[in-house]
Amino acid sequence: MSVCVEASGLSVGYQGEAVVADIGFSLEPGQVLALVGSNGSGKTTLLKTVAGLIAPVSGSIRVLGARPLASPARVAYMGQFHPSSFMLPLRVHDVVSMARFARHGLFGRLQAEDERAVQEAMAIMGVRELADAPLNALSGGQRQRVFLAQAFARDADLILLDEPAANLDGAARAIYRSQLRSLTAAGRAVILATHDIDEAAECDRTMLLAHRVVAYGPSAEILTQKAILSTFGMVGKYQEGGIVIVEREHGHEGCQDH
Amino acid sequence: MILDCLVTPFTGNAFMLNALMAGILVSIACGIVGTFVVLRGLAFIGDALAHGVLPGVAVAMLLGLPGMLGAAVGALGMIFGIGFITRRSNLSSDTAIGLLFVGMLALGVAIVSRSHSFSGDLVRILFGEILGIRTSELLTQLGATVVIGALALACHRPFLLLCFSPEQAEVSGFPPRRYHAIMLLMIALTVVVSFRTVGTLLVFGMLLAPAASAALFSRKITTMVLSASIIGACSVYIGLLASYHLNIAAGAAITLSASAIFFILLTARQLLPSPAPVQGRAA
Repeated sequence: MSVCVEASGLSVGYQGEAVVADIGFSLEPGQVLALVGSNGSGKTTLLKTVAGLIAPVSGSIRVLGARPLASPARVAYMGQFHPSSFMLPLRVHDVVSMARFARHGLFGRLQAEDERAVQEAMAIMGVRELADAPLNALSGGQRQRVFLAQAFARDADLILLDEPAANLDGAARAIYRSQLRSLTAAGRAVILATHDIDEAAECDRTMLLAHRVVAYGPSAEILTQKAILSTFGMVGKYQEGGIVIVEREHGHEGCQDH
Repeated sequence: MILDCLVTPFTGNAFMLNALMAGILVSIACGIVGTFVVLRGLAFIGDALAHGVLPGVAVAMLLGLPGMLGAAVGALGMIFGIGFITRRSNLSSDTAIGLLFVGMLALGVAIVSRSHSFSGDLVRILFGEILGIRTSELLTQLGATVVIGALALACHRPFLLLCFSPEQAEVSGFPPRRYHAIMLLMIALTVVVSFRTVGTLLVFGMLLAPAASAALFSRKITTMVLSASIIGACSVYIGLLASYHLNIAAGAAITLSASAIFFILLTARQLLPSPAPVQGRAA
């Protein structure tokens, strides 16, 4: 298999209305694609279309050589949040174990190999010692690590992550990035949606979205100040005490708290 | 003396023993289905289904057909009606459920009012006749409980994923619409086979109260299902005893017991110290 995801002339949106049109890209094994844009720019809509949760408005998309959702066991998806799940009587181990259901359908028994994958994913994200803790007793950051562990426990060829670093502290963020490198080294492909330019800069490819594809290509080439300005309407950089806005679209300068 | 008070009503009266067995079967079915009703926030649709069967039961009674058949037609009508309204309009499912709920309830009362024994029929439909349960009805209830248990066992993975996140169910290869429909059919089946025992009004109480009580302290869904069934069975036992000794309506006494258990457990939980936040390291 040479291509994990291939999209051409793709329009994504809801109820026939395109949020982003004319998307074309391909993703090979071992590559990470970052979808970058401000809120409502279409990152999540595109990610959900690749996952098969939303039908394309038009155009074509192939995932692992077939239509989206054709191989549930080979694709992992982590959405932004699971608000309804917070009050469920579930332990961390139960949540991470759900990742293995796709491999066994309704009746197949979970095997020792499944438990190994679950334990390994929990260990990587530092939640193994919380295995018996109820989900509703965890902090936001701990839950995010559990949801990431769930995505990694799938042992999938394609991993789709929506705002994966949200709520993570510095240490957990470093672990997650290290895990991404391990996954790509093992030939897995990853698509992640993020606001974070630094996170995108570490990915192989980036697609800048602002209700249209602003730019797409190798991260090192396309993350230019001009492209970021077109995507977010401003460019900022970290300085002591917060983010300093270097440039706005209309040439305005100012300062904003971090 | 105490034994006489607690056991003899059931050992000395066949109708009480039948009522206890029927009530326990209703409790098991409601414990299984009610857990998902509570976890997925389907209380309103559960309530609507419980009342939506009324016109079906009323028509069946007027035509001399089995009430259960009418209840099944009424429940299916509700499910398809909710789906039809939500698909063909921009209205939320809550609005569709509410519209059908009041419409079906009013239709049921209108049909029953054509009967010569209006109040007797209505009370029988709404509150059931647990003390008049026959062995054949017990067997029907047993069969339905087995079907509900088997469905819950077969679908436990998609149901768990559906409670957690419908998106995760979809990407795991379990279409959420299909399993939501199965869940609705399980609620409908529970209502249909339980209405003769505890009535259409009170079956909703048995769906909700024991599962809500179990949700207060359960840390696993399987524990919640088991606890809800046991709490339901205890409510049936306490309710029947109260009905026998205090001469009050059995169905109402059972549902009242289930509600009382919920408030006792809720108070107990408030009095207990809250668990400390979970500590964990990042790596």
